[in-house]
Amino acid sequence: MPEQPRPRIDITVDGVAWSVPADCTIAAAFTEHGQPAWRRTRRGARPRGLNCGIGVCFDCLVTVNGMPGVRACLADVRPGDVICTEEGSGFGEHGP
Amino acid sequence: MNTVPDQIPAPGPPARTDVAIIGAGPAGLTAAVTAADAGCAVCVLDLGERPGGQFWRSGPATGDGRFHHGWPAFTALRDRFAAHVAGGRIDYRPGHAVFHVGSPRAGAVFRVHAVADDRRREHAAVEAAAVVIATGAYDRQLPVPGWTLPGVMSAGAAQALLKGSAVVAGRRIVVAGSGPFLLPVAAGLAQAGARVVAVVEAGQPLDYLRHPVGVAAAWRKLPEAGGYLARLARHRVPLLSRHAVVAAHGDERLQSVTVAKVSSLWERVPGSERTLEADVLASGYGFVPQVELLAEAGARLRAVTSEGGFAAVIGPDQQTAVPGLFAAGETTGVGGADLARIEGLIAGRAAASAAASAAVGAAGSAAGRAAGSATGPAGPDGRTERERAALRRFAAVMDRVHAVQPGWTGWPDDDTVVCRCEEVTVGRLRAAIDLGADDVRSVKLLARPGMGWCQGRICSQAVAALTTAHPRYRDDAGTGEHDGTGHDDATFDAERAVSRPLAQPVPLRVLAELGSEDDDAVSAD
Repeated sequence: MPEQPRPRIDITVDGVAWSVPADCTIAAAFTEHGQPAWRRTRRGARPRGLNCGIGVCFDCLVTVNGMPGVRACLADVRPGDVICTEEGSGFGEHGP
Repeated sequence: MNTVPDQIPAPGPPARTDVAIIGAGPAGLTAAVTAADAGCAVCVLDLGERPGGQFWRSGPATGDGRFHHGWPAFTALRDRFAAHVAGGRIDYRPGHAVFHVGSPRAGAVFRVHAVADDRRREHAAVEAAAVVIATGAYDRQLPVPGWTLPGVMSAGAAQALLKGSAVVAGRRIVVAGSGPFLLPVAAGLAQAGARVVAVVEAGQPLDYLRHPVGVAAAWRKLPEAGGYLARLARHRVPLLSRHAVVAAHGDERLQSVTVAKVSSLWERVPGSERTLEADVLASGYGFVPQVELLAEAGARLRAVTSEGGFAAVIGPDQQTAVPGLFAAGETTGVGGADLARIEGLIAGRAAASAAASAAVGAAGSAAGRAAGSATGPAGPDGRTERERAALRRFAAVMDRVHAVQPGWTGWPDDDTVVCRCEEVTVGRLRAAIDLGADDVRSVKLLARPGMGWCQGRICSQAVAALTTAHPRYRDDAGTGEHDGTGHDDATFDAERAVSRPLAQPVPLRVLAELGSEDDDAVSAD
């Protein structure tokens, strides 16, 4: 891809330290890391990740610094972000 | 890196502006700089973190435009936009999810409500004399077995990863669907180093030859298409027409897809199946205009697919049925970025003019002060009008060549999920119909498709098509047991399904904050 190495930042995903490109979305960081899924559905517990990619389908929800239901396809990663994959409704602990 | 400001507007009296513009893609940006040039105070609210929309989605890693088409046009537009932002003429609100545009009662203003910054979710409100909705469109995907597997995504998703983040979606990629958009997606992925296994087009591109007049109207697009085809040839990417991906396979992630020949009605040809290994399937069967805000604000809509896709009905100046409410770009019918810019230009001028007339007598408004310098009627000049007409003619040809054909409803099996949010399978839809649900609304109430996070945006057309394709529904319609309405039931219900009182998820505390002063925002339905 880019000829010169990209600047990288450190984030935490489910308690594990990751180094990811500084200038990308959270969904892109997962993709670059080789992990295509970061949520499990609440009925079938099936893996989900990026689908529409532009903020419409809500399949790519993650918890970012405690805020559940963040669209990973829209939000840029920021240094020090603490990201948790989600299981269930996407509403965090307050969900149905 | 991050352009979302730390300072989120505190709740309080809404900001006042002449023209509010929802969306910062080709149409919204053009409308914004046009209205600002005309002397208006403009507020641009956009879901994205940077200007450009999806067509010009970009980030620091892609700011050289190597993955983009028409990049110099964008940088010129972005510079004009930035100058107006710096000069205070344009109030730019990135990261704003607009969930409601309240139409004014007589003599009042529009009120635009948004949730600002997905990481914090504060309420933001703007009052405006005129509003331009330029919310674009999203890829239409068709449900096939395995399409919920990680690695299966819209063509636009793969494109957005590349354009916005310079990240390639996968190593071995199948690009599938119908429409010219598949070409730049595949070409971009190949350019970035992915192995594009095939481009699988369900339509027959040779059919363009049947519409020489419509194609000639947009002759400038031909070199662009030729460039993508040449790039794909250089990367030895096979192009299959009248073929479709009819199933995706894998356990925890995509491993392969089944490609089959299809008839002109997109019925799969038995025995023609073959398997292609892939870690990503990027698919798109045209686009769905995002008209939810328009529908809720009272704009009239027209059907653009037989399965419940809608676009705004507009006049020559891009105005909807609601005076002062304009639509531009894909919300008026999908036609691409060139058409979106022209529509944005016309809408920007007309909205400025509408704001100026609304401001006559309203002291202190920038539009009111500019009203004296407004020249002539708001309609487009002859050249702009002709260009818009030519691009619309080409878009109509595109629609016909690549229209989704009903045979696709034979691709999913009973276990195929149709509503991704609520995990409703085709089998459950069919069971609901067997139980007596005889229109889309009853199917929805019994089986719950379209009642999750995405509010039916992804599945509503599929649900309508699968319902009307069900033998029982067809029989009933045929024998007149539907009091003669037949398929119209599905269409009518899909139209109703487009309207959403809240077009984005809204935290309850934001709704509570709206309070009684804003009963128009929460009283719908």
